[in-house]
Amino acid sequence: MAKHHVAVSINGEPVEYLCSTRQTLLDVLRDELNLTGSKEGCASGDCGACSVMVDGRLVCSCLVMGAECDGKTIDTIEGMADGEKLHPLQQKFLEEAALQCGICTPGVLVAAKALLERNNNPTETQVRYWLAGNLCRCTGYDKIVRAVMMTAADMRGGA
Amino acid sequence: MSAGKTDYKWVGTRTIRPDGHDKVTGRAKFGSDFTLSGMIHGRVLRSPHAHALIKSIDTSAAEALAGVKAVITSKDFKDQPSEMIPAGEAMVNYKDMTRNVMAREKVLYDGHALAAVAATTVEIAEAALELIKVDYQVLPHVIDVDEAMADNAPILHDDLVPVGMDAKGPTNIAKRVEFTLGEVAKGFEQADVIIERSYTTAAVHQGYIEPHAVVASVSEDGQAQIWCCTQGQFMVRTFVGQLLGMATSAIRVTPSEIGGGFGGKTVVYLEPLATLLSSKVGKPVKMIMSREEVFRASGPTSASTMTYKIGATKAGKITAVDATLRLLAGAFPGSPVQPAAMCAVAPYDIENVHIVGYDVVANRPKVAAYRAPGAPISAFGAESALDELAKELGIDPLKMRQLNAAKAGTKAAYGPTFRNIGYQETLDAAEAHDHYKAPLGPNQGRGVASGFWFNIGGESSATVNINEDGTAVVISGNPDIGGSRASLAMMAAEELGIDYNDVRPIIGDTASIGYNFLTGGSRVTFATGLAVIEAARDAVRQLCERAAKIWEVDAEGVIWDDGHAKPASSNVGEFDPLSLAQLAAQAAKTGGPICGHNAQNVQGAGPGFATHICDVEVDPETGHVAVLRYTSIQDVGRAIHPSYVEGQIQGGAAQGIGWALNEEYIYNAKGKLDNPGFLDYRIPVASDLPMIEAVMIEVPNDRHPYGVRGVGEVPLVPPMAAVANAIENATGVRMENLPMSPPRVLAALDAARLRQAAE
Ligand code: FES
Ligand code: FES
Repeated sequence: MAKHHVAVSINGEPVEYLCSTRQTLLDVLRDELNLTGSKEGCASGDCGACSVMVDGRLVCSCLVMGAECDGKTIDTIEGMADGEKLHPLQQKFLEEAALQCGICTPGVLVAAKALLERNNNPTETQVRYWLAGNLCRCTGYDKIVRAVMMTAADMRGGA
Repeated sequence: MSAGKTDYKWVGTRTIRPDGHDKVTGRAKFGSDFTLSGMIHGRVLRSPHAHALIKSIDTSAAEALAGVKAVITSKDFKDQPSEMIPAGEAMVNYKDMTRNVMAREKVLYDGHALAAVAATTVEIAEAALELIKVDYQVLPHVIDVDEAMADNAPILHDDLVPVGMDAKGPTNIAKRVEFTLGEVAKGFEQADVIIERSYTTAAVHQGYIEPHAVVASVSEDGQAQIWCCTQGQFMVRTFVGQLLGMATSAIRVTPSEIGGGFGGKTVVYLEPLATLLSSKVGKPVKMIMSREEVFRASGPTSASTMTYKIGATKAGKITAVDATLRLLAGAFPGSPVQPAAMCAVAPYDIENVHIVGYDVVANRPKVAAYRAPGAPISAFGAESALDELAKELGIDPLKMRQLNAAKAGTKAAYGPTFRNIGYQETLDAAEAHDHYKAPLGPNQGRGVASGFWFNIGGESSATVNINEDGTAVVISGNPDIGGSRASLAMMAAEELGIDYNDVRPIIGDTASIGYNFLTGGSRVTFATGLAVIEAARDAVRQLCERAAKIWEVDAEGVIWDDGHAKPASSNVGEFDPLSLAQLAAQAAKTGGPICGHNAQNVQGAGPGFATHICDVEVDPETGHVAVLRYTSIQDVGRAIHPSYVEGQIQGGAAQGIGWALNEEYIYNAKGKLDNPGFLDYRIPVASDLPMIEAVMIEVPNDRHPYGVRGVGEVPLVPPMAAVANAIENATGVRMENLPMSPPRVLAALDAARLRQAAE
């Protein structure tokens, strides 16, 4: 079957790819574009390890078809740091040990960044509900939630 | 060895982990992130039946499909002798292992692998699976442990000969274990109160977020390279070598970053298949499990039923414990019933103990280790029963535990006499914690429970190479699941007296470092840490020799202090200290590269004890249980990197809360797993949990230079009973069956309300 030709912007760069009808955006990112920072934990929208932004909206890339992304703007974990400089969330996750194995970390960071962009002063409950779609089996979420709230406080203070 | 020095520069600090930047930027390569050029893809055909004879498998149509490069079945594996081989926290039997990775005479569970295909694309491989024709003769199946032990149960293995008991005819009981201390009959005579209860626990999955993944590449000369996410690259090498009849030297296994394991990645599933497919095709083969395959075919932990009889005096002294534990092993023998029995009442000093355990097979996936294998199961029963006993006696549950706590010198029912242990300290800290005194609202209750885990040592090798510029590389051989590289680098920096950031810890593949037993048993920071410390000391010894050479004095005249060689005394002579960097720069002139090494079978693991406090609120209308506050107190020996120790404690508690409240394998009447996905097998999400306060008690392990004890497993032991005890405290209703999900709690509340109304 003929492949679909798709033109998108990924992390600010124009990218073109060919994909089959059944490939998800996650498949495209990982298998076609070698952007393996987005992880596959379930392929069914239940774990959040594949979280990316599409046109400014937080989505599970395993639930988006690669062929339907033409013209869209996609942001992934690979574009989160600004060159050499980590995003404040990334830095805080390191300082606060908010990751153990790290497989959930890209998805959690993408989701947390999306939260802080719409709410720079979330309560603990808001952070917990926002991140409820990102499974982490290692940390018990304690250090993750703290790191997100500390980053929010820093960013408010610094802004 | 003594835990003498305590003014550490790095030990006990919260450094940035060496692998951290790669993990927050998406750069880190996990199992499925690895690719090779020319790589093709493998998929596995799995049984739709819980139990069936495989009458025939016809792979011809699959083989004929364009793009299919190879199809394998059990015919491609030689059979293996039936013998139990020790493999860390479990025993393995290669006869069973080869049947688990590829079903031979029968399929024994829903999801059991029975063929694998390698094709140019995943799509073609999946299409090929549908073309494989299997003629099954479906057999009656058994899922439940008590039913599997019943006389008329469907039998999984006609040739199963139970260990530790006589069997009249075929049986599903693989083993009976028994531990006896004192005389329980006498102990019960001394008791003023005796309670007897039954409990059940459900099978739960380790739930690592990263599915199993492997790339194998076998070249024409028979040399195999394997990249996979595993808790033990050496374990993979051994098992693949045995199953495929390959020499150890022909297999090189490189562990990827690992996205969680918790014991579930201490076995092989895909690795032998990918290696065999690759050797047939002559190309690298990549295989990844789907989440559904992870649930259906990789190791959950045992489901269980158990009975406890416990007696105590009015004063609260436990006089006897008699328990029977029945643990499901899944399709092949090997449940953690032995450690379950050994750990059951290990926190307590009890004169009369009798524990019997059964290892039982049924039509479920073969269990794999899960954090402190067996202990959380037996502790759920023991710590629930103990709580009931305390209530009956009108004694505070913490006090009850203090009255019976094991101390240095206590003889445990499973054999050894404890050295310096910190159980009492965890109880005292719990009692002193403001959580224990905080007020509770309506429908709220508080529970406490304790737990024990042995922790292990084992074989470890490490190399510390001093670089020309005065930095160092630490090579060890244990996959790092939760920050162990940071701990190893910190200990090396401490020994060498250089900056932590100048130490680069690397995890070697099987060809670049000596043998290391797998990451498990909470052993890495303790045992491999010890090897790293000794390797660093070996490097320091060489550095001192080099300084002696430069100064033209005896090596004994040189000491190592704060990263410098110094004369031991003024008698040796007046010399300016030589820094590690200065000595490294001159290494070529003074004898060549400076490489410290150590390899040993580490003994002296210090057991771990924990006490947890849990507050819940139970919704009387829905039976929903919300965990409001949670405090985990644990003797950690010495926290090398406190943040990652806290992380282990918090993560274990969260897993235990999931086990307590939600998680279970649900089988339908046909023996098919009904909930093989994260939607229906619900692990705790962020909004299900409160903050989890980790309180670290440091009673140093006197057989480790820094006092390290394993910390990773005991956090999962107390939570289920802590939650159950809290629910009882909130509602007066005792939950004896896991999970304590809303329908079950509501049913128990309704039954209690009915009883009350009737009275
Ligand atoms: S992989 Fe997309 S949500 Fe799990
Ligand atoms: S750190 Fe392992 S799943 Fe989150």
